[in-house]
Amino acid sequence: MSESRRQAIIEQCDTLYRDLALGYVRDWKQRTGGKAVGHMPVYVPREILHAAGVLPVGIMGGGDNIEIIRGDAYFQSYICHLPRSTVEMGLAGKIDCLDGMLFPAICDVIRNLSGMWQILFPDTYVRYMDFPQTFGDAGHRFYRFELEDLLGDLQKLSGIEATPERLNHAIELYNDNRRALAELYDLRAAEPHKVPTADVYLLMRAGNIIEVEEHTTMLREYMEAVRDSESPMLDNIRVVITGMFCEQPPLTMVKAMENSGCYIVDDDWMLGARYQMGQTPISDDPMGSIVDAYFNDTVCTATRYDADGGNGRFLVERVRERDAEGVIFAAASFCDPALLDRPMGQSALNQADIPYTAFTYSENTGQVQVIKEQAGTFADSIKLWGGA
Amino acid sequence: MNEQVAQIQKEQSMVIQKKMIGEHFEKLAHAEENGQKVVYTFVPGNLNELILAFDMLPVHPEVNALQSGMRKQSGDYIQEAEKQGHSEDVCTYVKCDIGMLKKGNIGPTGHKMPEPDLLLLSYTGCFTFMKWFELLREEYDCPIVMLQVPYQANGEITPNMRDFVAHQLKDVLVPKLEEISGKKLDEDRLSELLASSARAEDDLVWVWESAKHKPSPIDAYFGGVYYIGPIFTAFRGVPECEDYYSSLKAEVGRRIAEGLGPVTPEGVLTDQKYRVVVEGPPNWTSFRDFWKIFYDEGVVMVASTYTKVGGLYEQGFRHDPGKPFETLAEYCLGCYTNRNLPSRIDLLADYVNEYEADGVLFNSIKSCNSFSAGQLMMLRELERRTGRAGAFIESDLVDPRYFSAANIKNRLESYFQMLEARRPAA
Repeated sequence: MSESRRQAIIEQCDTLYRDLALGYVRDWKQRTGGKAVGHMPVYVPREILHAAGVLPVGIMGGGDNIEIIRGDAYFQSYICHLPRSTVEMGLAGKIDCLDGMLFPAICDVIRNLSGMWQILFPDTYVRYMDFPQTFGDAGHRFYRFELEDLLGDLQKLSGIEATPERLNHAIELYNDNRRALAELYDLRAAEPHKVPTADVYLLMRAGNIIEVEEHTTMLREYMEAVRDSESPMLDNIRVVITGMFCEQPPLTMVKAMENSGCYIVDDDWMLGARYQMGQTPISDDPMGSIVDAYFNDTVCTATRYDADGGNGRFLVERVRERDAEGVIFAAASFCDPALLDRPMGQSALNQADIPYTAFTYSENTGQVQVIKEQAGTFADSIKLWGGA
Repeated sequence: MNEQVAQIQKEQSMVIQKKMIGEHFEKLAHAEENGQKVVYTFVPGNLNELILAFDMLPVHPEVNALQSGMRKQSGDYIQEAEKQGHSEDVCTYVKCDIGMLKKGNIGPTGHKMPEPDLLLLSYTGCFTFMKWFELLREEYDCPIVMLQVPYQANGEITPNMRDFVAHQLKDVLVPKLEEISGKKLDEDRLSELLASSARAEDDLVWVWESAKHKPSPIDAYFGGVYYIGPIFTAFRGVPECEDYYSSLKAEVGRRIAEGLGPVTPEGVLTDQKYRVVVEGPPNWTSFRDFWKIFYDEGVVMVASTYTKVGGLYEQGFRHDPGKPFETLAEYCLGCYTNRNLPSRIDLLADYVNEYEADGVLFNSIKSCNSFSAGQLMMLRELERRTGRAGAFIESDLVDPRYFSAANIKNRLESYFQMLEARRPAA
């Protein structure tokens, strides 16, 4: 019974994952009369969209589910794949149910993509979101103003006023979602044989599309379904993977890594949902709470400046907290933030005597055998000799 | 073209500039013994006047990298960085700088570069700069200041952006500079430096606009990269910089009076067949070979965007001594690659029209996503809006492995034939 429930949930997630035309979003709009706004990978404050009656939709590129025809005419060969599949989906009308697109500050490519979107889709709301990278008073004031401006735009788009009550309600919903996601990640780390990484990945992807309450319920039902699973524990090593926060690996690659002998016990994909670690307080000033949460309670990642060089330290802490035996650096080809961050992460791991391996991929990587072999060799080296 | 000239020709202004740069590197070589503090920072939107107001010396790692490229040293440095674990895919300026550091940090003039007393991370128009200085922070035992400059995503500087930058300058950077230098900020001195900058900027704008003449007395790309040397680096704000630009203006004025074109490495370009606007940085490892492809065919670059990475003065911006922090903030925000793609296309279209160009060339740089991502769409938009032919070539900043001379020459020769075909009948 539990296994069939698990399978049903994952099949639902898989359907959402493969539906690049966003059927769920189209239905939602028809059902509610609401507006939907897409956002590129990595954090945007989705509470604000929700409070303004807008469905936030995470856009992660087309993966290996779309043939790139027009998109390749927009980007040179040395630019990562995610923007070209996103443009492909846009030009093909697949995401035309979106009333707007938000482009968070990830890198220069995504930044320039915001300008391309302004030109290619002039009738759509487009906003580049510059997040503070300096965390004093000036950054605080700047960010609050930017968020209030965004909220004003969204209210105009939806015709719904985001009152403090609505903002607080949205905060509660996303707090609950973060709690459920944290539980899921804790469960996987504790019993990885019960929670396949491909399941976690698909559950995360579903959270990009469906309403937050529905997603939270889905996560809890999934956990209930797998807790009593009798899947055998394999002789896999426990690894943290890092560098996949933007362009997403194909699902086959995620499965191949696990099948190669690695239990993935933490990762950094879809940092839209897991960028903030804790809860946002309910208060008389909900916008202030959202701003404070960004400043005080977020992950260290390559797209965020850390004044104390904390990215490497954060990675080491994650390895220790999850009782992992090694790290896989997996970055999208040509991903400047991930690839430039990597030497700093490697240096921190060297100091902590934690083994690692590294490779690159693209969202449409078809042949995953090489990656599987590399991950397998890494796993074997740890099993046999305790280090890579 | 005077093909009889065996020796490489240099403009007088280039000789002056060479002396200025030589003296600057001499100062850097002796900074420690002279008790001068050193600030590593970036070119786009740099805060030279503020640094000089504290009697500190700036070092620009990307200038060191391009000079290493021109001196054919960058290939070794890049390979050194890759040996240390840096990816083949990332910015070669970063790898050149890291490689140079790992090989002893010998600067372009042969002197060892001084270590920084401050890493001033001002990353106007380039997210990769942030990662670059995070990497340098791992190498040096010195403070780092992050100065965040928001992106002009809607093609304008908003009051919120300006206030954000100005407050960072006042509340974070100046106290840190005071602490490191041991000096209080003298605002009168800063204002004097800013006033000097504005005077030099006036002359530079006059030089850029001289390219509207036919024949153009300047090459606004290959020559232009020399013209921006003093004003975008260590000299903006000092009398020598003003002298350089007034002498450059006089030199260009003489060429206009005599109906002469720019000086190329092989002589004066007088027979100007095509006028072209250029988008994107040049390739530094084969700079002279690249230039030669153009002057051999009588092509003059009448405007370029790369020469605006440190400020778009011809659109009216001048450093304002009356409001130092606000003006420095606006300067940082106004650099070319800090503008969104629609604004960049507008600027290029204006150049094509105002400078009566025959076409637009994109030199798309593998290393530089800040410039490159979106250029194919920019090209299409420009062709649609101006009706002029565009060309698209690919190279790199300082990685010699990515400059294919034969491919580029073939493409450009086809392009020049297209320009000829499109030339209105006499």
